[in-house]
Amino acid sequence: MKTTPGSIASVLDAMQRKECSAVALVRDTLEQIEQTRDTLNAVVSLLPDTALNAARRVDEARAKGTPLGPLAGVPVAVKDNICTGDGTTTCGSRSLADFRSLYDACAVERLKRAGAIVVAKTNLDEFGMGSSCEHSVFGATYNPWSLDRVAGGSSGGSAAAVAARLVPVALGSDTGGSIRQPASYCGVVGIKPSYGRVSRFGLVAYASSLDQIGVIALNVEDAARVLSVIAGHDPRDSTSVDRPVPNYADQLECDLSGVRVGVCEDHFGEGLDAEVASGVRGAIEVLRERGATLVPIALPHMRYATACYYLIAASEASSNLARYDGIHYGHRAAGADDIVELYAASRGEGLGPEVQRRVMLGTHALSSGYHDAYYLKALKVRTLVKRDFQQAFEQVDVIASPVAPATAFRLGEKLGDPLSMYLTDVYTVSANLAGLCAASVPVGLDSHGLPIGMQLQAAPFAEALLLGVAHAYQRASDFHTLAPPESIST
Amino acid sequence: MSESFNEEQVRQVAHLARLNLSPERLAEFGAQLSKIVGYFDLLQELDTDDVEPTAHPLDITDVMRDDTAHDALDVERALSNAPDHDGTYFRVPKVLQQEDA
Repeated sequence: MKTTPGSIASVLDAMQRKECSAVALVRDTLEQIEQTRDTLNAVVSLLPDTALNAARRVDEARAKGTPLGPLAGVPVAVKDNICTGDGTTTCGSRSLADFRSLYDACAVERLKRAGAIVVAKTNLDEFGMGSSCEHSVFGATYNPWSLDRVAGGSSGGSAAAVAARLVPVALGSDTGGSIRQPASYCGVVGIKPSYGRVSRFGLVAYASSLDQIGVIALNVEDAARVLSVIAGHDPRDSTSVDRPVPNYADQLECDLSGVRVGVCEDHFGEGLDAEVASGVRGAIEVLRERGATLVPIALPHMRYATACYYLIAASEASSNLARYDGIHYGHRAAGADDIVELYAASRGEGLGPEVQRRVMLGTHALSSGYHDAYYLKALKVRTLVKRDFQQAFEQVDVIASPVAPATAFRLGEKLGDPLSMYLTDVYTVSANLAGLCAASVPVGLDSHGLPIGMQLQAAPFAEALLLGVAHAYQRASDFHTLAPPESIST
Repeated sequence: MSESFNEEQVRQVAHLARLNLSPERLAEFGAQLSKIVGYFDLLQELDTDDVEPTAHPLDITDVMRDDTAHDALDVERALSNAPDHDGTYFRVPKVLQQEDA
């Protein structure tokens, strides 16, 4: 099997053959992250002590011949809105700059149980709100392919860290594209599992009916390995679904001759960059050449999905973020002498502008006199969007499309115009509204040398099929093995 | 259907959201929110009178667990992130104000 240098398979292999120890690997990883701190700003904090201790235990177990977990010694980075009992969990927010979680998120617990070593927490748009990784109290993350471009968001730190080969794999979270879009901008693989596939216990809530933890990796096989570890029922998240978790990495072999790939012409209409369009069409053609049947499909409500998504996400955010009131944890403003003033002053100081904007939008959409026209209307349109996909998945197995209308934009380019930033999510938000699983895979570079991504979407809980098709594409293409220019990443 | 946000409306929403905002940010938000809410009006094109709302992607209703006791956080740890506390309590400013004359 072809393995990218730095992939999980190659890392495990090197340790197995005693070419390197887990301790040496973790030390190198920490050092490389430190070296790229100023150039990339992908990482918010390091966890050197616990990581090196965990690595030591892996090395001792290996020396003794004790059975090891499937990710034993593999360094992993975790988006900083996913709780770790070690270090801080800041969500990229001033309000949580010193917040120390008292427990590990379920996904983190499962990674550690499998032997993975959490080395770092990655940068993000504050609370996951943004499409560029510029809305962080720690400053923007830079795209390893071009340092004047955004890494994408909100899981931009995780995507940049994997793209720069700092870690083989990272956890992200995806509420409307926050794994897939940065993965696309950074030329790596991103998987947003179906809603309910991975426990949200320990994921700091942004929009609870849309949020899902997922994986950013160098190739589909690695993403599949990690998804098998983190997926599955958890009684602490009542929306995590109790159904068996296949070993996705063992089920990757997929005969495309039985696979129907849906193509929606609306995905290739106005607003799509010509180079992205031809890159994605070329990748779809590769699937066809390998035996897949292309089927035209209609998604008549796609043009309403972005408005629908932002109304629902902002409404849920305004409710979820009410907890940042300066009482139980988080930033508290000084000098307030009554409690309402304390709430408002703490939130005015602790939350950044994009978060405040969405809290305002959601508060408005839920307020008396506007609730039916905005929030309830959006919930009804969500039904229509979901129905479009139910009908489409009666005819096709996966839907192929672009991930984003263009490749990574310039830093600062969209900061003054929030709506223009929201509209970059046009292809990704529907999967969250409908609870689908979806992947982003690299399919080429544009004339600026920036990565282009293809999105594959499949029905809820069809991850095995989704990953199989994505893997089949990677068998036929080398784009996922391209690394950013060396001068930038190290 | 939507109107642009005037200063008073923006201030009212900020109050409901318990956000203390500078006059500059209120003005900036007013313009931006007007534009964004204007875009949301796209949804009004659709006739949704006979459509049921979807609040959640899964068809699950109430999920029950056994009513059993679990180990809980001890008080010291539970208070460890609190900006201010007094013994085993979170400390806050006065909640009830005396009525001003």
